[in-house]
Amino acid sequence: MSQQSTVHMPCSLCKNLNSIPDLTDNPIKNQIINAFFDKRNQRNGEVGTYREIGFEEFLMVMSHFRPTSRKTSEEEKKAIRKEKLRFLFNMHDSDSDGTITLEEYRKVVEELLSKSGNIDLEVAKAIADAAMLEVASTNMPDMAPDYFYEGITFEHFEQILSGLEMESRMHIRFLDVDTNTMRCDRK
Amino acid sequence: MRRCGHGHCWLLGTLAFFYLVLLSGVEADAKSDHHSENGHHQNASSISGIPIVTFKWHHVETPYTVALWIIVAGLCKLVIEANHHVTNVIPESALLICSGFILGGMVWGADKKQTFKLNPTVFFYYLLPQIILDAGYSMPNKLFFTNLGGILLHAVIGTCWNAATVGLSLWGCHMGGAMGDLDIGLLQYLLFGSLLSAVDPVAVIAVFEQVHVNEVLFIMVFGESLLNDGVTVVLFNVFDSFVSLGGPAINAAEIVKGIISFFVVAFGGSLVGLVFGLLLSLLTRCTKNIQIIEPGFVFVVGYLSYLTAEMLSLSAILSITFCGVCCQKYMNANMDEKSVTTVRYAMKVLANGSETMIFVFLGITAIDKTIWVWNTGFILLTLLFVLVYRVIGVFFLTWIQNKFRLVPLDLMDRIIMSYGGLRGAVAYGLAALLDENKIKEKPLMIGTTLIIVYFTVVLQGITMKPLVTWLKVKRATNNELTLIEKVQNKVFNHMLVAIEDISGQKGNNYMRDKWTHFEEKWMSWFLMKPSARKKHDHLFNIFHMINLKDALEYVDKGESNGTLEFIRNDTAFIDFKKNYEDDFSDVSMPDLTIDMGDDTIANPYASVLRKIRDAVPSISLEMHKQTNYGLRESENINTHHLLQQHLYKSRNQHRFRYSRSHFDLNQDENEVQEIFQRTMRNRLESFKSAKLGVAPPKPITKHPRKDTQKKMPNGKSTEKRSYYSGDEDFEFSEGDSASGYFPRVTHRPGTGIENPSFMPDLDPRAPVQIPPWLAEGELDSTAGVAPSQRAQAGLPRTPSNLNRLAPLRISTRSTDFPTSSSSQQSNELPPPPSPPPYHPHKI
Repeated sequence: MSQQSTVHMPCSLCKNLNSIPDLTDNPIKNQIINAFFDKRNQRNGEVGTYREIGFEEFLMVMSHFRPTSRKTSEEEKKAIRKEKLRFLFNMHDSDSDGTITLEEYRKVVEELLSKSGNIDLEVAKAIADAAMLEVASTNMPDMAPDYFYEGITFEHFEQILSGLEMESRMHIRFLDVDTNTMRCDRK
Repeated sequence: MRRCGHGHCWLLGTLAFFYLVLLSGVEADAKSDHHSENGHHQNASSISGIPIVTFKWHHVETPYTVALWIIVAGLCKLVIEANHHVTNVIPESALLICSGFILGGMVWGADKKQTFKLNPTVFFYYLLPQIILDAGYSMPNKLFFTNLGGILLHAVIGTCWNAATVGLSLWGCHMGGAMGDLDIGLLQYLLFGSLLSAVDPVAVIAVFEQVHVNEVLFIMVFGESLLNDGVTVVLFNVFDSFVSLGGPAINAAEIVKGIISFFVVAFGGSLVGLVFGLLLSLLTRCTKNIQIIEPGFVFVVGYLSYLTAEMLSLSAILSITFCGVCCQKYMNANMDEKSVTTVRYAMKVLANGSETMIFVFLGITAIDKTIWVWNTGFILLTLLFVLVYRVIGVFFLTWIQNKFRLVPLDLMDRIIMSYGGLRGAVAYGLAALLDENKIKEKPLMIGTTLIIVYFTVVLQGITMKPLVTWLKVKRATNNELTLIEKVQNKVFNHMLVAIEDISGQKGNNYMRDKWTHFEEKWMSWFLMKPSARKKHDHLFNIFHMINLKDALEYVDKGESNGTLEFIRNDTAFIDFKKNYEDDFSDVSMPDLTIDMGDDTIANPYASVLRKIRDAVPSISLEMHKQTNYGLRESENINTHHLLQQHLYKSRNQHRFRYSRSHFDLNQDENEVQEIFQRTMRNRLESFKSAKLGVAPPKPITKHPRKDTQKKMPNGKSTEKRSYYSGDEDFEFSEGDSASGYFPRVTHRPGTGIENPSFMPDLDPRAPVQIPPWLAEGELDSTAGVAPSQRAQAGLPRTPSNLNRLAPLRISTRSTDFPTSSSSQQSNELPPPPSPPPYHPHKI
């Protein structure tokens, strides 16, 4: 993942994002920056990566973090939840093939734990493996013994995280900005 | 106590016993006067001879009475808790108050006056601190601090609002003539209002824990009631000084001073608590050599923080709260696991005990003619105002709060929050503190306070649970211990921070991230032992916990399969701490660790997972192990057998040793040394052989009795696995067999269980010299191919099992050894038809 992101890093926004000082400590910085350039997060059905995104695309990605208001109906909430999960899923699924393979998952976990210092790589790997096994055994309790579990599909991903309370976890309360006075200057 | 009518004779018996105890206590009390007089007489009239036995009640009177009351209160609780049908309907606190009524009646009957009362000094200095400390210590920190804003809003503004409105409204009604002739001024009303605004954490929490309301609601009510106690006391003191100052002397400057002192007292108290908390953390950092008394520090330092704040006339309650809140993390990390368990239990014992005492005495206090001055208007109006203003206050404050909250508190939450405003002992304690000289109507105030306490604790307590059920308040979701969710949580955290960073907003997540960084970098460095720092990661802890459960479950499974056959294959060996620490230097271990091989976990695995889901993570795993995995009779025997054969037999097994400063039964230096040496030697051997045989050492896992495992619930039985599993994990089982474990075991198929670590030192057939492939070939011909086959068959789809159990060893089995494996494979097995290169994710 890290190599990937450095490969197509030359775009200006990447540099800008990369140079945000607060981000340097973030272990999953690369994944997050990549998410901005992922066509899958634009909700238009395309797959692949952008080299450069405009403000609209940027907003589209940010909109994934929109909190629900009290007016949103249950169905809408469900849809929003699914969208958010999809975003998360895409972040893990780096090769866009619809499954999170163990390698992909391991990478995320390794990076996630890389900054905490006390956990070495092997443990991170083991944790990723254990989590993967959890998914496998939860989703396919009666899997044939020689079944080859390729990886987590989105359905499985959704299912295993169904108990997770998302409302406070993937929402950001942006300051209540008056949209009339807000100007869309270039950042 | 009204359940006496239910006809449980033994309950009656217990009650009768109470009565006896009580009477004996009381009578002894009565007699003591005579005795002491007699004693004095005797003393005075010089001793005629040496008395063989003397009755010296007077000597022991005070501690004896205290001890008696403690045991009586305890027995009350015992009787009440004996019948869960009742406690399900009526909360325990209400029942305790009722039993207090009965006991009070007895005392009254015996003495014709109320000899025992809840005395403010006793309450504030000996009963309250441990309750608050316990609450602070067991506070869910993250939840508390994320909701701190809301909690403070309710605790500070809400309390002031309640105090002011109740006081003013009562005063208004008084002016309007609603309660006859009373000698109470505005300031006194405000004072009264302030003492009535203390919301009691105890009763609400008891109910909430029973019904498992969602965690936000829980922390809101819990945190509010906790901080509110502190704030109330501060407010009470401010108004008290106003009252003593007298109405006319109060001018704007005094009021400003009052407000300032309110904040100084509240924040100063919290600061004192923080300082003591940090001190305590620092202290536990270096108590390694006095482990046996380290739990004591918590209580003493906590109490000291309480007293210090009191001495500085700062808020003692807030001080001890924050002491508990801020020391818990570092303390738990620094202290030995056993000490942490001790602290937890001792804390609960103290807190629960004094809570019981408080409620019983709240009941007893009521049976006293002298405190009852009836004034219908005053009492009813107070009750009404207290309830109404609580509702209004909560609704108003949550409305403000919802403007800023990500997840708004809905109507149900608000209703429960306002209904959860039970008044408790703090209100009574403060009322009892009132100065009779300044407040003429003190008895009326005490009486009213008591009625409000009874009303809220009994009536609201009883109706709370049906209300929560009826309103369908969001319940807490099952606290699942799935690793993937924890990982995702971590991802979420970092993602939110990143997005806030990108958007340039300094929101909650940003602040939290900065704090975490600071905390990790400086605070942990300063306050935590280096060794503790290592194992502190939350994710890792969970991972570790799951592993432990797996291991336990695995042994359990093996045992329930009838025999401990699996032990014979060295898939598990019981090890000593020392030994373990060699492997996992950064994991804190219970004494009994079960080291596992790879393929064996596969089968129990799914069931393990299920079990993990059900179980709430228990920190004191070690202690509960026995109960959680309680063995049935037959298994017990098996276990016994296993242990007997397996464990190192200490040389001086039968020597009974008592030591005040050490708990360890078997940790004689020499013994430990010996165990260590043997283990090390064994390890060294296997290491050497591994060096020779290329493959790294690893306890091998062979299963001659795979048939037993067919029964495993997840249907992932290994039998159907094809012979050529073609996983390159394969060669490691070969390599392992060279490690010296395998030969010994297979060659004695029927001889029971042996732990190679503790075998007599010399094995005649030292496996060191035999290259692994030769050894393997030999073995396979003698011991039969089947076991290794199956073991190999089992491996490929369970790569991660091993990883879970032996995180550090995983390196040895990753893709790094392809060359050596091929030679071995070809040595023994026909090459797999289509060997997949490496499928770690094949499950």
